[in-house]
Amino acid sequence: MALEVNNLKVEVDGNIVVKGVSFVIGDKDVVALMGPNGSGKSSLALALMGHPRYKIKSGSAVLDGVDITGISPEQRAKLGLFLSFQNPVDVPGLGVETFLRQAYNSVRGRMGVMDFHLLLKDRMSSIGVPGQFSSRDLRGFSGGERKRMELLQMSLLNPKIAILDEIDSGLDSGALKDVASELKKLSAGLLLITHYIRMLEFLRPDVVHVMKAGQIMRSGDFRLALRMDREGFG
Amino acid sequence: MKGLSRKIVREISDSKNEPLWMKDFRLRSLDVFMKTGFPRWGPDLSGIDFSRLSYYLSPGSGKSSSWDDVPAHIRKTFDKLGVPEAERRFLGGLGAQYESEMVYHSLKKEIEEKGVIFIDTDSALRDHSRLFRRFFSKIVPPSDNKFAALNSALWSGGSFVYVPEGVKVNVPLQAYFRINAQGIGQFERTLIVVGENASLNYIEGCTAPVYSSPSLHAGVVEVIALKGSTVRYTTIQNWSRNVYNLVTKRAHAYAGSVVEWVDGNLGSKVTMKYPSIYLKGKGSRADILSVSFSGKGQVQDLGGKVLHLAPGTSSRIISKSICQKGGSSCYRGLVYVRKGMAGSRSSMRCDSLLLDSVSKADAFPSLKVEEKDVELMHEATVGRVSEDALFYLMSRGLSQSEAVSLVVLGFISQFTRELPMEYAVELNRLIRLNIEGF
Ligand SMILES: Nc1ncnc2c1ncn2[C@@H]1O[C@H](COP(=O)(O)OP(=O)(O)OP(=O)(O)O)[C@@H](O)[C@H]1O
Ligand SMILES: [Mg+2]
Repeated sequence: MALEVNNLKVEVDGNIVVKGVSFVIGDKDVVALMGPNGSGKSSLALALMGHPRYKIKSGSAVLDGVDITGISPEQRAKLGLFLSFQNPVDVPGLGVETFLRQAYNSVRGRMGVMDFHLLLKDRMSSIGVPGQFSSRDLRGFSGGERKRMELLQMSLLNPKIAILDEIDSGLDSGALKDVASELKKLSAGLLLITHYIRMLEFLRPDVVHVMKAGQIMRSGDFRLALRMDREGFG
Repeated sequence: MKGLSRKIVREISDSKNEPLWMKDFRLRSLDVFMKTGFPRWGPDLSGIDFSRLSYYLSPGSGKSSSWDDVPAHIRKTFDKLGVPEAERRFLGGLGAQYESEMVYHSLKKEIEEKGVIFIDTDSALRDHSRLFRRFFSKIVPPSDNKFAALNSALWSGGSFVYVPEGVKVNVPLQAYFRINAQGIGQFERTLIVVGENASLNYIEGCTAPVYSSPSLHAGVVEVIALKGSTVRYTTIQNWSRNVYNLVTKRAHAYAGSVVEWVDGNLGSKVTMKYPSIYLKGKGSRADILSVSFSGKGQVQDLGGKVLHLAPGTSSRIISKSICQKGGSSCYRGLVYVRKGMAGSRSSMRCDSLLLDSVSKADAFPSLKVEEKDVELMHEATVGRVSEDALFYLMSRGLSQSEAVSLVVLGFISQFTRELPMEYAVELNRLIRLNIEGF
């Protein structure tokens, strides 16, 4: 069992926005999480990664036998957890390659500057990230570009469990296909947060959860996702 | 003021066998110093110990006598930076000589063949007296401020650079190499003259901390950029935390010339420095780019000043300051456009980044514009490191302090990009050390 979340409650800004959520993601499972805007999906994701504003009030999250609720985001990353952000953050002036190299070195162990450069170039081309992006600052990327950059980071850090918060939003249809096929290649357990069926058609989730007002109201297989897509969350 | 007297000043001058005009200049400067009050604004200078001035630098003076006298935190920094033993001794203020002297000599030979003069200021007075006298103190008169007067009375050491008409010095001239051979003076005097259509890239200082036992450094730098020339003067200041560093830097830019001050300030207890550029010739351009880092107990009082005294001139002032652990920074900027100087442009921008809530940053930008046909921009921001940015970086496996470092390095990247590679790398490493703690 790679990630086991038990009765998790998350508070942000004085409000409980995740009200006791439980699920598991097995080693190479694809788990989809759907639900209306504001239902608490991102809050759950951020709390799992350790954002200081999204406080875990109770419950546990166990990654390969280790309860991660009390440890720093840095340590969670090193244990193999990854979050692809719904809204990736700009860090003006920070060179993309410098950032990625440091992240890689922290999570995967030291690699020489030149070797890393070659690895990066290789991953960029397979994910379809334009070559010049690595010499840019971490700012000003378009919505779709940001999502590809998130995927690039995931591919470099090679996590055990990846939470992908709307990685499909903002992607054009070609990009969506690229991203999906790249995700298939990576051997991580996935929590796919999405509003759209397209990505799920490519990735065929084993389990689908539907969250509403901070709780998982329903769970099922891919057919549940199809129904939600057709009928809405009701 | 114990010890500081006309007699001392005469002795300094005599011991160097200076011409009468210089002795006279020093004595008049001393009078000015005595008559001039402390600046009525700015940081607290009451900690300066005027009784412990070391008046001039005979070889070996003004330095620590042994490695053990160098403060432990500085020695520790050298360890962390992996600075070789010989360099540590120099940087620790011990003035040991090592290979850089040879680098200096070979560089010197190369540029001398083009007619460039690059020597210490005392030698310039002796060996190039006419040239020297023509330009010396023409830009910063003793009356400019109390510390310029003190420097004028007591100056010793510093660099003299003369680049003849049309000569381009492509390799950056590094005072570091010259100073290495001679030690750092307390009242350095630097004079740079760049001839018509010539160019110079001059670098002073180094990134590793420099320990100085005298706690007051009052330097004066004068730069003259003749028609069509280009000068960039880069300083990295990293004095030990006991030093009051009060510097007067000024340049005159003639028609079509470009003057750039690139100024990084990490060390010292108090630094006061407002590099200025007088745009005296049509179409001349000024660029002042500065970065400061203030930690515990440090005050960085910095800024830039540009006077548009000719039409069609342009200027840009960019200042970035970072404060942590109770350090404080203050930016003072002035842009003046004289009446009739049409078609001039200026932009001033000052950004501060506070790493905690006990540090502080102030900004006092000022614009004095007498001309209508000008384009001006000015912006000041004070920010904190965003929690979301830190979290984002940490979610990629970086520690909190690594994440803060990356945000800070990003914040000053506009500055770092202007430095030669090895300085940029060192500066980045040093800022990381400062943030990540000892
Ligand atoms: N930093 C915050 N401060 C205050 N309220 C917040 C904050 N973050 C989230 N919330 C609130 O928590 C609730 C859940 O938000 P969350 O972002 O988790 O929703 P979501 O399910 O991801 O929605 P969407 O599908 O629109 O992305 C919302 O009501 C939101 O306004
Ligand atoms: Mg969301």
